[in-house]
Amino acid sequence: MTAEPVIEVRDLTKRFGRVTAVDGLSFGVERGQIFGLLGPNGAGKTTTIQLLLGLTTPTSGRIRVLGLDVARHRRAILQRSNFSSAYVSLPSNLTVAENLTVFARLYGMRRPRHRIGELLGLFEIPGVERSLTGALSSGQMTRLNLCKAFLNDPEVLFLDEPTASLDPDIADKVRTVLRRIQRERGVTILYTSHNMREVEILCDRVLFLSKGRAVREGTPGDVVAQSQAGSLEELFIAIARDGDLRSVEESS
Amino acid sequence: MGMRVTALLMRYLYLYRRSVARAMAIVFWPVVDLLVWGFVTAYLQRIAVPEPILFLLGGVIFWDVFYSSAQAITLSVTEEIWGRNILNIFVAPVRVSELMLATCLLGGLRALASTTLLSILAWILYAFHVTAVGFVLAPFLASLLLFGWAMGIFTMALILRYGQAAEALIWGMPFLIQPLSAVFYPLSVLPAWLQPIARGIPSTYVFEGMRSALRQGTVDPRLLFGAFALDLAYLAAAAVFFAWMLEKVRERGYLGRLGLE
Repeated sequence: MTAEPVIEVRDLTKRFGRVTAVDGLSFGVERGQIFGLLGPNGAGKTTTIQLLLGLTTPTSGRIRVLGLDVARHRRAILQRSNFSSAYVSLPSNLTVAENLTVFARLYGMRRPRHRIGELLGLFEIPGVERSLTGALSSGQMTRLNLCKAFLNDPEVLFLDEPTASLDPDIADKVRTVLRRIQRERGVTILYTSHNMREVEILCDRVLFLSKGRAVREGTPGDVVAQSQAGSLEELFIAIARDGDLRSVEESS
Repeated sequence: MGMRVTALLMRYLYLYRRSVARAMAIVFWPVVDLLVWGFVTAYLQRIAVPEPILFLLGGVIFWDVFYSSAQAITLSVTEEIWGRNILNIFVAPVRVSELMLATCLLGGLRALASTTLLSILAWILYAFHVTAVGFVLAPFLASLLLFGWAMGIFTMALILRYGQAAEALIWGMPFLIQPLSAVFYPLSVLPAWLQPIARGIPSTYVFEGMRSALRQGTVDPRLLFGAFALDLAYLAAAAVFFAWMLEKVRERGYLGRLGLE
């Protein structure tokens, strides 16, 4: 008997007027996996994450997270999950401690001080509690966003290009921490990135999207092998340039 | 629920503590308004206009209750959009009603702070006692607070739906309502065709009631009832409108665009 996937998407479609952003998408993410949602700009990754988080309502299809239907149990799911994106910031005019305290309380933590200190240490930005968030470097800011994402010890984490603004050294440190937390706590992570090297290192499975449709799914090694591309990056470029799976295979 | 509302309220109060611009919004503009109208009042008194023009100062103080409560709601949410934090709020397990409640409470606190300050200044500078007739005016202030909440919720819905294009409404909406609310003049001054429209706005009853109470020392219950009945209707309509807009925003994916892309 197989365990129920932590994230289960069936026949998901989202249309914005005449544009179909997500087109009959189906996939599942097992507990404790880091799952890469990949594809060129406009492939439907962001819309898919928005649908998974209940920020956007689907045109049709079903989404279950932690065994619960997103449409009906959104708050219960959000209580057990979290989100971080390179494009979302914490308020710059609050201190780090104030920001993390506010979000800890939003997730129901009464005395978050110890947890905040623990997370700042984990992401190697200790001692910034009293700094204004706006005064942090972009690397520190990204790690602070990740601290916020781990405040409630989430079972599922949605990370949208979390290392986009980081230098290679900090990005590597962040990946190491993510891997460690994922192994130690069994967190399921849905991850988007345009850095294919990072995806190869980090992700257990990947799903390539093109024009809202799934075109490849499997382990990073498998999808590269199936496509006869030389690397994940080559496959990404082929999909970005040629669109659908058939043309990708033909070009390969 | 209480913890999440308190957390949101904390977040906004932290902002007011840190942001000079936000703190100034509570103090600076209302005080400037009071000074301008205070000097106008003093001048009109000097040229022997009858005594009731002191009500102009009452108008300034009362108007600020409405303005502060509406603006606290809209600015709080807009601030989250400007700071790209709105998605962090919407992906936290926060009910929309909790967000509303927190911003409404903030509006109440902001209105309380600026009304207290203006009342003290009006007393010191112009010998105008807003409590001269006792606390009979308090229900009218409560009515303006409720109307401010309704207007804030309505504007917030438009901002979520139309984004930056609707942001001017944060400052513009109260001033669309002000001429119709008979803040500084009796309702009878308005052209006959405008008066029925003005009677559809709760603040009109409040300012008519304020003038009547300052003149006679008692509250006209019909005006008070009219104001509260309309407040409730506006609040209910604003909540329904907000829910409808939020549904549209989710359908069209606008919520996710507020910072994710």
